[in-house]
Amino acid sequence: MYSYTEFDEQFLAERNAQFRAQVERRIDGSLTEDEFKPLRLMNGLYLQLHAYMLRVAIPYGTLSSRQMRKLADIAERWDRGYGHFTTRQNIQYNWPELRDVPDMLDALAEVNLHAIQTSGNTIRNVTADHFAGAAADEVADPRPVAELIRQWSTDHPEFQFLPRKFKIAVTGAEADRAVIKAHDIGLRIVERDGEIGYEVVVGGGLGRTPMIGKVLNDFVSQDDLLPYLEAIVSVYNLLGRRDNKYKARIKITVHENGIDDIRARVEERFALIRPRFTGVDQQMLARIEADFAAPAFKSAPTAPYDRAREQYPAFRAWADTNLAAHRNPDYAIVTISLKAHGKTPGDATAAQMRLMADLAKRYGHDELRISHEQNVILPHVHKGDLPSVYSALQAEGLGTANVGLISDIIACPGMDYCALATARSIPIAQDIATRFDELKLEHDVGPLKIKISGCINACGHHHVGHIGILGLDRAGVENYQITLGGDGTETATIGERAGPGFSADDIVPAVERLVMAYLDRREDREETFLQTYRRLGLAPFKAALYPQDQADAA
Amino acid sequence: MPKPFTPKVVTANALLEGDVIYQTATGWTRDLAEAEVLTDEADAELRLIDAMQQQDKVVGAYLADMKIDGGRPRPTHFREDFRATGPSNYTHGKQERI
Repeated sequence: MYSYTEFDEQFLAERNAQFRAQVERRIDGSLTEDEFKPLRLMNGLYLQLHAYMLRVAIPYGTLSSRQMRKLADIAERWDRGYGHFTTRQNIQYNWPELRDVPDMLDALAEVNLHAIQTSGNTIRNVTADHFAGAAADEVADPRPVAELIRQWSTDHPEFQFLPRKFKIAVTGAEADRAVIKAHDIGLRIVERDGEIGYEVVVGGGLGRTPMIGKVLNDFVSQDDLLPYLEAIVSVYNLLGRRDNKYKARIKITVHENGIDDIRARVEERFALIRPRFTGVDQQMLARIEADFAAPAFKSAPTAPYDRAREQYPAFRAWADTNLAAHRNPDYAIVTISLKAHGKTPGDATAAQMRLMADLAKRYGHDELRISHEQNVILPHVHKGDLPSVYSALQAEGLGTANVGLISDIIACPGMDYCALATARSIPIAQDIATRFDELKLEHDVGPLKIKISGCINACGHHHVGHIGILGLDRAGVENYQITLGGDGTETATIGERAGPGFSADDIVPAVERLVMAYLDRREDREETFLQTYRRLGLAPFKAALYPQDQADAA
Repeated sequence: MPKPFTPKVVTANALLEGDVIYQTATGWTRDLAEAEVLTDEADAELRLIDAMQQQDKVVGAYLADMKIDGGRPRPTHFREDFRATGPSNYTHGKQERI
């Protein structure tokens, strides 16, 4: 893993000292809120409905056990004993007090973490495939280049006041687990004639105007990547709209000007700035790559895994849903579900964080990942250790066997915390998960992604949920709109709106009708909800959602 | 015809804790029941200006709509309901003290 250089440490120490002084000046009245707000946002500090919220960046979702333990300590000492992992692979603390925040930032700095550029119109935390470095289907580990981009974009003087926020995601595999087509820039590592390069996708995004990104360049070589990215962000910085916040993201710039026009401008800018990149970035990348060298995988018998599968149905169910193929056949990638039925998606207590850190240290080559689906991953676990890992997880309420199933719901904080929300998300997620747990149906239903956002900004990725739920305020009442057929993978699709919304009381039965309609109509157990939807289209699901309309028409 | 003025309270977040607070005749309270209910539009504007000037104590002051129920202010919108109690997934925030 990357560990800070002296330069990184000094930069962060100075920045934290600056912010400490800014907080002091706010408290003693020297700074007004108007003056202080942009400063606190630059350091990840929001003011939400009930309290401040500190959003901490977890670069490309990678943590060591030491970092995870520190996140637990911070949750206990300065928050309410838990943290919330987000769809951007970050962690949010919901209850810090203003006076404590500088101490929290210093504590984070001890383990090479910070909250810089987790807000504001800057390049945000670079996200990546949470199976990076472990997945069986990977061309190359996306984290070294993600780290290079983090260093390039952090405090980049040209890009501190972009028209709007800017999000970059990287994957090294054909299967897209990082939703790269819904990012301002999505990068996919590709190999062409033995050379590693990047497919560059631009102009994706969710929110008010959801768009699937378009390929700007199908192969940018490794040494051209940073100048190429800089050219894209420069073009956007000049061309992006500053007159209307809702038209300010690069997806609108691409949409209004056309991908060919953007490409021509980027090429022109690239030609101008390319000579300034003398290769230092490539030397840095080489050093970073060494930091991400694969762990020394062990050779040991995998028989304990096979035995446990045979003997314990609960372990087998968990293994079937929560494990993914590792590139070393004796290993597995473990997804720890933060979606226990009825609990808040993405929340982990300090005790749970410590357990996950301990397991990573003992069984997982000291690595953890946070997924955009709000779960925690142990990317490298030897199969022989899986039974021990599972029983330890179970003891701390982390053994839920539901990854990829209907109760593995993405939900934004919604109006329980967020000042922008128009409705709550968390209770809807809790109710759906609880209901399907009662029905004991979810393993029969199979892969089904439900994603819930509490406002049009779509932090809960509802547009790319197989079933998407959007919470709105309709005449002073919470109302939930359903979209169907969305997909956040390499076959990215924006979901289709099904029709009028449902009240908070009616939304869970509506989802249940959808699932029953799927079970009735699927060709066999192998056909997933999304496949059935693609085969049949909206009509049968619409009929299930609005039975009254059918009755009225008859 | 202009819409009739409906009852309001001045609300904000406390600078240090971030907690939801309400203006009283003499200062601030964390409890909506103790808030000063404003029924006159001109008076409400003045009270809001007064609140906005207290930069060293409060952040983001605004007027929130209320109805009067048993002599006490009650939110007319669910957002203010949540602000007055706390999140629904944990017993954190104001509801801890109720």
